[in-house]
Amino acid sequence: MWFAMDIKKTRRVSKSVGIALLTGMFGVQLAHAGKWLPLNKDGLHDRRSPGLELLQSPQDALGSLPTDTAGNKVNWSRAMDERLIKPRGALAGDKKVQILDLNIVMTDTAGHPNVLFPHKVHTQWLDCANCHESLFKSKTGATPVTMGSILRGEHCGVCHGAVAFPLTECRRCHLLPQEG
Amino acid sequence: MALTLCKRIMVLGLTIVSLVLLTQNVSHAEYGDVVMNKYSDDSGIRPVVFPHWFHRIRFRCKVCHADLGFKFKAGGNDINMLKIIDGEYCGACHNGDIAWSVENCDLCHSAKPKTPTQVHESTLQKLIRPAGAPK
Repeated sequence: MWFAMDIKKTRRVSKSVGIALLTGMFGVQLAHAGKWLPLNKDGLHDRRSPGLELLQSPQDALGSLPTDTAGNKVNWSRAMDERLIKPRGALAGDKKVQILDLNIVMTDTAGHPNVLFPHKVHTQWLDCANCHESLFKSKTGATPVTMGSILRGEHCGVCHGAVAFPLTECRRCHLLPQEG
Repeated sequence: MALTLCKRIMVLGLTIVSLVLLTQNVSHAEYGDVVMNKYSDDSGIRPVVFPHWFHRIRFRCKVCHADLGFKFKAGGNDINMLKIIDGEYCGACHNGDIAWSVENCDLCHSAKPKTPTQVHESTLQKLIRPAGAPK
């Protein structure tokens, strides 16, 4: 019987088992590293749905775009800056997109690095009316933004944590050292 | 000989088990995929999957969220097929002109039945008791 082995043999078996487990883990990591799941394997689509084979796969659409570590694993702003994607600003016609190049620094950060809010990258995607005056008042400091409100899906959390980079990316907003 | 064979079978078995266990939780759809199921289940059709990643390659956020009036909230827009056929919401594009027309039901209605309305992979979805999140 295999459990009647001596210690030497048991060690050898343990080693083999360890290698097998590690190989399995590594294989899984490798299979999913930096890849996008096909729609019929993403757990959300019904794999019996007859439409799936006609829909574009994430790998096909996103595979050639600049990579990121979170969200869709795509650096969307870089993709637009480098004109690898050219999202239209209107349904029809060539409506000019209003870009505002204005940085806002938020300093009431409970000891964490200050927040830099760049209007530029936001106005490349959004209209002023998407945020002002409903989500944010135009006057700096007039909107009580907290990490609590953001986690509840308010303020920045309307997009960040849903479609824009997620809330685990602290340092992308909290990036300015506090003065003094 | 019998011992070696036994060991080999054990190692192989454990490899398979570890692979199965590890792959179970890695399957997930894309960040920002929205499932809409306000009326689908009740109407006997699969819920809708709206992939943000696909649409933002082609349109800036403002086109839908400012010009077309989509609210920034899964379940916050009262969308139905009548409105879409009348050219509202999805129907502003999905009219056979800019994008495929409404007759192609299965292309949008493609989620697993009974999937609740949600923004997939969102922070609100991950909170244990999301405040104000749709049930």
